[in-house]
Amino acid sequence: MGKRPPKYSAGALVKHGLTRGDWPRMWRRPEMRDSYDVVVIGGGLHGLATAYYLAENHGITNVAVVDKGYIGGGGSGRNTAIVRSNYLTPEGVAFYDRSLDLYNTMATDLNLNIMFSRRGHLTLAHTDSALRTMHWRAEVNKLQGIDSSVIDPQEVKKQAPSLDVSSNTRYPIMGALYHPPGGIVRHDAVVWGYARGADHHGVHILQETEVLDINVEGGTGPGGKGAGGRVTGVKTSRGDINSPVVVNCTAGWASLISNMAGVPLPITTHPLQAAVTEPCKVFLPTVVVSGSLHVYVSQTDRGELVFGASVDPVGTYRVNGTLEFTEELAGHVLELMPGISKMRLLRQWSGLCDMTPDYSPVMGFTPVEGYLVDVGWGTYGFKAGPVAGETLAETIATGRTADLIAPFGIERFTEGDLVGEKGAAAVGH
Amino acid sequence: MIVVPCPNCGPRNSGDLRNCGELVPRPDPSTASLVEWREYLYMRKNPADWVTETWYCRGGCRRYFTIERNTATNEIRGQEAS
Repeated sequence: MGKRPPKYSAGALVKHGLTRGDWPRMWRRPEMRDSYDVVVIGGGLHGLATAYYLAENHGITNVAVVDKGYIGGGGSGRNTAIVRSNYLTPEGVAFYDRSLDLYNTMATDLNLNIMFSRRGHLTLAHTDSALRTMHWRAEVNKLQGIDSSVIDPQEVKKQAPSLDVSSNTRYPIMGALYHPPGGIVRHDAVVWGYARGADHHGVHILQETEVLDINVEGGTGPGGKGAGGRVTGVKTSRGDINSPVVVNCTAGWASLISNMAGVPLPITTHPLQAAVTEPCKVFLPTVVVSGSLHVYVSQTDRGELVFGASVDPVGTYRVNGTLEFTEELAGHVLELMPGISKMRLLRQWSGLCDMTPDYSPVMGFTPVEGYLVDVGWGTYGFKAGPVAGETLAETIATGRTADLIAPFGIERFTEGDLVGEKGAAAVGH
Repeated sequence: MIVVPCPNCGPRNSGDLRNCGELVPRPDPSTASLVEWREYLYMRKNPADWVTETWYCRGGCRRYFTIERNTATNEIRGQEAS
């Protein structure tokens, strides 16, 4: 176990300010060992959270997190940083609410300011059917003790005065689902916090280490892989690692990694584009989402508006931005907030989403012993990161699927027991 | 932008068409087991490589056709009506 570096505190800040001493590195660059108890593929939020909770909650510290690039460079650094728990299915609500709880205490738990701003979350309804779904969600939420209710356009105007709630628009706002506990978090800080926490416990974070193959023996598929097999380790660009447990937390690349173990996934990879404007004075106090207009928007602490959309309709691993996206986005945003027509976009980017048919993740054990997945996170992986890590760590440590993730097993696709979250997750955020 | 060659309407922006995803052989519904059927419905190879896929020309001739596209680069080759 590594020596605990000094905590971040006001005292430490003053001391470093006066002495101009270097701050300790948040995580080390360790030498790779030949074997680990658990290898986590993918150094994003989910992979690092899994490693952190394995060490923190279960004392399993002989863990490696391998990433072909740098940590937090995939979806964890490209999402729009929105968190909420007002989902549609009871399974989804329970799961995401636990995540929100973890976000709530995370700054203290990880000793790093993640800048969680619980500013409230509005999901606008522009049609009767959307309003009906909002009522449905609100009732499911209330039953599980989640603060969530349907409000009328006048109340929407009070929450977000810049929204056009008049009825002479193409998509008039007929109401909204209001979810006060929702908000935004500084996503990079969450990644760094988990990396630092895991590193303190002795977890090895191996960046620029690409997994080339997963070693499986005794399976029924080609090369001894596939169902019935057992994981023995991974082959990486820096050498082989022996490990009885390999976890796939690779989001958009999940299918490619899973095929190495001979476990097919019900996943297609789509890019999701987002954009940010130049900064301006604070005028948007809540997170605003419109499913019908395929847009969600929040204002950062720097004053920039961050926009996200639904996934691109054509599945691809290529992450370049398109003009179609910005055009459509601008049209839809101006429909909601005509007042910002003079604002300029600063930049746009895209990230890869691993979409499942039912808009719920695929988590837990697979037909290959020792190979676990935490994939299918589509467009909602950021808000679920902490609870995904916590439950996956519990599953690995106890050898038993954690209750919260039991509905999300890969077998649901062959058993026909899907968890339909499209109504709350498609453009959810 | 991805330009898709419709066999009938010529090159079109992908936004004019619908991508129906990779071509998966359909088992005989009368003999397929539930597991086989659900694998046909849900499981995908999702490679970062050449993939044979179906497109629907929704903004034009409304025909279905298959092409090969490289999902890592979005290059397109070959086409046939289906």
